[in-house]
Amino acid sequence: MSAHAITRRSWFEADARTRIHGLVDAGSFSELCGPHERLTSPHLAVLDLPVAFDDGVVVGEATLDGERILVGAQQGEFNGGSVGEIHGAKLRGLLDRARDTRPAAVLLAIDSGGVRLHEANAGLIAISELMRALLGARAAGVPVYGLIGGSCGAFGGMGIVARLCDGLIMSEEGRLGLSGPEVIETVKGVDEFDSKDRALVWRITGGKIRRTLGEATLLVDDDLGAFRGGAKALLARGAPLRGLAALDADQAALAARAQRHADARDGLDIWRALGLPDAERLAMLDADAFNRIIDRAETA
Amino acid sequence: MNTLLDRLFPAGHDVTIDGLNLAGTAHSATGPVHVIGTRDRAALTSDIALRLSQAVLSAVRDDLASGRARPIVFIASTQGQALSRHEELMCLNGYFAHLARCVDLARRHGHVLVTLIHGEAVSGGFLAFGLLADRICALPCAQVKVMDLRAMARVTRIAPERLEALAQTSPVFAPGAENYWRMGGIHDLWSDGDDWPAQLSRALTEADGSDHRAALGASRGGRTLARAVATRVMAGSTPDA
Repeated sequence: MSAHAITRRSWFEADARTRIHGLVDAGSFSELCGPHERLTSPHLAVLDLPVAFDDGVVVGEATLDGERILVGAQQGEFNGGSVGEIHGAKLRGLLDRARDTRPAAVLLAIDSGGVRLHEANAGLIAISELMRALLGARAAGVPVYGLIGGSCGAFGGMGIVARLCDGLIMSEEGRLGLSGPEVIETVKGVDEFDSKDRALVWRITGGKIRRTLGEATLLVDDDLGAFRGGAKALLARGAPLRGLAALDADQAALAARAQRHADARDGLDIWRALGLPDAERLAMLDADAFNRIIDRAETA
Repeated sequence: MNTLLDRLFPAGHDVTIDGLNLAGTAHSATGPVHVIGTRDRAALTSDIALRLSQAVLSAVRDDLASGRARPIVFIASTQGQALSRHEELMCLNGYFAHLARCVDLARRHGHVLVTLIHGEAVSGGFLAFGLLADRICALPCAQVKVMDLRAMARVTRIAPERLEALAQTSPVFAPGAENYWRMGGIHDLWSDGDDWPAQLSRALTEADGSDHRAALGASRGGRTLARAVATRVMAGSTPDA
């Protein structure tokens, strides 16, 4: 086993605070509205359900290589990282703070199935407010980057929020989509989407197919250090272009994808259509090897 | 749909219905507007989302030349996102996010944005564009929700009777435009007897580009924590030393 493998610390297994500490400069994180403030959800309490002192999300300030950043991390272990009134308001406040105080970037470690059903209306509105606040931070010139590699992935409204970011870092274990496989299977049947077929689920929503389509900016290994390295790389790139011309280009690219892959039902279909060698073996490659293949295909 | 447009815009409208999408222009009492939306409780696919975002981008471009950003009236009629393996593989959420960015671009170019909910507005399909407007109005009988109570009971493993009983007093989770109004997610509820062109004019006039929904939810008593918590994070509440 290589030294790298020995020192690897899994992002997937880590909780929200461990992820933040793995991302930012040692000792630099200062939490806002932390657990001591006991901001617990009254909507869960009224249903006699467990509450959390942070309502499942950690937000605060830190530095990354000495640069001031804001950072938020969802706690997938608590109600699937779902967004309720307080949870959503903390993230919205963080992005409003970014708009007002202009840090070098906002990092969002997303680990969420979307709206918390126990407070569904509050959650849906909260995600809309979060979307507007994120767009507001970007318009103020603050780049927002998402990181996805937890057990809940980024689904529902948080899947939309993730794609509003200026860049996304994903591990292969991370998943990004709108409707979870279970929901599609329940409504449309197991023939449409077998949610128990884990390999299929990863080929539809996992980090590798998302990197292939350009939905994820970087694919990294499931390692706190790799996510930190990815965040530094995105910060160094600077904020991408915005405005009408950039959105026109996005519109054309999304239309081209829809046309090119109109019949695709599996990530394998896309890898084959792109002429990638040994499409079946791509799932076996580590992040570096996979990124090299995609980079080569993109420049070809 | 034409009945609705006739009633909203008695001075005239030129809106093309193409499948489940609609796009065009109309005359409101406050002047010309763009009309962009969906109909017949559309399940939003990537194709529908692309047509919506194209219509928004075209509206922005058309008005750049004249220097006058006409308001955009969104008609939201959606049962939510399409549930399909192909759409998930294509990353439907990426198409929705692109649409949301286009809507935000229009706002920053000075277009006033008003949404009218017609029929139904659900979950992801509502998040993608309708819920991003400056002012959101529900037409009579409009349903607004994330999920039916029965499905919610199944997923949360809470007895449906219990959810139904709690829904009598709490606007927080149960379907209903009125609940969204109390929480500040909908600005106005229109009734059948109202003068809709006048209501629309007022919405167009009162809309501004800031997001006041948390304050509205607090003042209406339906969402009492969101504004306070967001403000505390924004202003920087740090641990007591």
